[in-house]
Amino acid sequence: MDDESRRCPSSEVRLQVNGTPYRLRLDNRTTLLDTLREHLDLTGAKKGCDHGQCGACTVLVDGRRSNSCLLLAVALDGAAVTTVEGLADGERLHPLQEAFLEHDAFQCGYCTPGQLCSAAGVLAEAADGMPSAVTPVGESPRLDGGEIRERMSGNLCRCGAYPNIVRAVQDTAQAGAAR
Amino acid sequence: MSTTSSRALGTPLRRVEGRAKATGTARYAVEHSAPGAAYAWPVPATVARGAVTAVHCADALAEPGALAVLTHENAPRLREPQDATLAVLQSPEIAHRGQVAALAVAETLEAARACAAAVRVEYAQLPHDVVFRADHPRLYAPEQVNAGYPTDRERGGFDAAYAAAAVQLDATYRTPPLHNHPMEPHATVAEWDGSRLLVRDSDQGSSDARRTLADLFGLDPEDVLVVSEHVGGGFGSKGTPRPQLVLAAMAARVVQRPVKLALPRRLLAPLTGHRAPTVQRVRIGADRDGRITALAHESATCTSTVREFVEQSSVPSRVMYASPNSRTTHRVVALNLPSPSWMRAPGECPGMFALESAVDELAEACGVDPVELRIRNEPDAEPDSGRPFSSRGLVACLREGARRFGWHDRDPRPGVHREGGLLLGTGVAAATYPVYASPCAAEARAEPGGGFTVGINATDIGTGARTVLGQIAADALGVPADTVRALVGRSDLPRASVAGGSSGTASWGWAVHKACRELRLRLDRDHGGAVPPGGLTVTADTTEDVRAGSEYARHAFGAHFAEVQVDTGTGEVRVRRMLGMFAAGRILNPRTARSQFIGGMTMGLGMALLEGSTVDPRFGDHVEADLASYHVPTCADVPDIEVGWIDEEDPHLNPMGSKGIGEIGIVGAAAALTNALHHAVGHRFRTLPVHPDTVLAALGAL
Ligand code: FES
Ligand code: FES
Repeated sequence: MDDESRRCPSSEVRLQVNGTPYRLRLDNRTTLLDTLREHLDLTGAKKGCDHGQCGACTVLVDGRRSNSCLLLAVALDGAAVTTVEGLADGERLHPLQEAFLEHDAFQCGYCTPGQLCSAAGVLAEAADGMPSAVTPVGESPRLDGGEIRERMSGNLCRCGAYPNIVRAVQDTAQAGAAR
Repeated sequence: MSTTSSRALGTPLRRVEGRAKATGTARYAVEHSAPGAAYAWPVPATVARGAVTAVHCADALAEPGALAVLTHENAPRLREPQDATLAVLQSPEIAHRGQVAALAVAETLEAARACAAAVRVEYAQLPHDVVFRADHPRLYAPEQVNAGYPTDRERGGFDAAYAAAAVQLDATYRTPPLHNHPMEPHATVAEWDGSRLLVRDSDQGSSDARRTLADLFGLDPEDVLVVSEHVGGGFGSKGTPRPQLVLAAMAARVVQRPVKLALPRRLLAPLTGHRAPTVQRVRIGADRDGRITALAHESATCTSTVREFVEQSSVPSRVMYASPNSRTTHRVVALNLPSPSWMRAPGECPGMFALESAVDELAEACGVDPVELRIRNEPDAEPDSGRPFSSRGLVACLREGARRFGWHDRDPRPGVHREGGLLLGTGVAAATYPVYASPCAAEARAEPGGGFTVGINATDIGTGARTVLGQIAADALGVPADTVRALVGRSDLPRASVAGGSSGTASWGWAVHKACRELRLRLDRDHGGAVPPGGLTVTADTTEDVRAGSEYARHAFGAHFAEVQVDTGTGEVRVRRMLGMFAAGRILNPRTARSQFIGGMTMGLGMALLEGSTVDPRFGDHVEADLASYHVPTCADVPDIEVGWIDEEDPHLNPMGSKGIGEIGIVGAAAALTNALHHAVGHRFRTLPVHPDTVLAALGAL
């Protein structure tokens, strides 16, 4: 068999990840999650199911939270991606990260990067006035416990840190609103 | 040396690895870079019983990037394992659907997956028996049940006492197959360097993983290094080495480069153990005041044909309540199913669902408040053994929990508390979990440059082990916690027991404490309290301390209170409140302890209302094998959970005075919820999980 037929279709993909531009040649089957973990050595985003069922792989794509295991990198040419590694500002942690530490909002930590990126997405969505299933019709969302539980339910935590996660997100939202 | 003045223990220190976990720099198993690594992907068997007759690999090997396909014909030969589930690819026999029939190895993840998909396996299929029934004709009495408990126990004469009892309760409870599903699937990266093997593994104990690899591959244990620095949960399923560990090491030997193998989520159900279903008949005879005179708890469950595992569901009835006449039994049937194994609080968890439901039914039958009924049946000594309890805080937990929850205002009549279309109810249940400890070794070192290091091959699966071991060391040395570094999760550290049976902190902490006390002594005695120029290292081993045992019966206790609402239109159940009160010795780190209690209670909520899988009788495997169909609790399912504990001074445990806390949170939680459901709607839910369709049917039948 010649070399040509043994090669998989691949494409060149440009991505901006945590502010750094990358130009990659990727097997077309490569998901964004595997691009991050296997090609860029950014293993913050986790693989819990690879099927869009757990949220462990949540990252921000052009500012919106997404399950990176469900996205093919080849379809994201030019996108800006933020992973958990990009949340902190140098040594200064993101307020959500601080709040997660303070409220012990994790145990094993495997769901945590996804929870953090998802929570960052929640703060932005609420600030943009995007309603959820529990937002009273016609009102702009207030991030109380009910809203946070609803919006964070795409991120499973088998360690059961939910009450602490809700408190951490709520604290951060309130501190942000107070600023 | 002055006696240690305890400062770090009892302080809510933050997790020492918290920052690494919150910034994404903590690396789990296959996230460690291994230059030149190949990727493996399992090919699961598609029959429930039979033999592989042919494996066609040509198409698979023609896939771009394919490196190898391991089969029972070409895989490296292993020595016979103690745990037969680890004899992967050693014979053509298929004992359950989902067993690994072949393993594809390729240059990339994408290629490995395509390669696995292209492997064609032919089987000679045999008829299978996968349906569990409590009256299965092949049910047998095992020699013993999990954790070494006796299969059957009799005290007094149950039959006569039950027949003579003024109040008789006879109820049967059912729990489904349950799956651990830690968020990090089981994963290993293995790398050979000549005859040395380096492995990064996701497990609950790498001392065990090392021993297993050395045994299977015929290696000197010194030549095997297993690192499990960060582990994304386990809940028992990583408590023993799993097939991916062995497969990765085999594949790495075959392709002569590092191999990464992370199990796809769907293969956790067939390959990593689960909680087997139970059918439990509980009979209680009592006088009219609810004093128990006869108690029988008879459990049936199933296991696999590969490895016998018997959930010890009737065991908690040997501990909980006074009864002069008692019978506790276990029966099991071996089916052509994946092997069950440990899942958070094996035995106590399903067993206390049954017992605590039955006690609630008894309270109703006697017209006695269920908190009071439990207090009335408090034993003076452990009922089964007659041994005194080292401490028993059940009554204190019930009383304090009832006070905090506002239990005393409760109207006991079921089905009367309405709020629009909702029915509300509250329930209570007790919890118990035994105190275990295992021998370990640890080292403590005074660093010449200042500070101390303790090392032990403990595993932090999310419990906060590193943090609490540092606290234990600090107090034993009489130094501030921030001067101590705890090293865990490497098999070249002193050997340690598994992170299981809620025994980690007790076992590891004991060894760390012993090493640190010895170090302090030597520093003070031999060096005038100063650290010698080369530093000073001391090792300790607790084999004798632990083996000395105790004449006491040692258990943690607790009480759950819960409030639920039932939507009478849809049958949806929402949990409004949960409160857990625990008596678990000394709480060493309130911050991380609270998280563990909450986590256990959350899993109990899942067990009551969401979780359960079913076996497909045609194909013979668990249908709900992924997280879309097997529902674990989500953020929206879980209310703000309140946790408290009573201060318990127990001098008969270990130097820290602690009992385990990792499992007791799940024990009894499901019963508190179903008891609350009964209070809400006036119907007994004896089969888990309670889904809306069951609730609607019950509401319709009322
Ligand atoms: S790994 Fe992407 S949702 Fe689970
Ligand atoms: S912290 Fe372990 S799964 Fe969330």
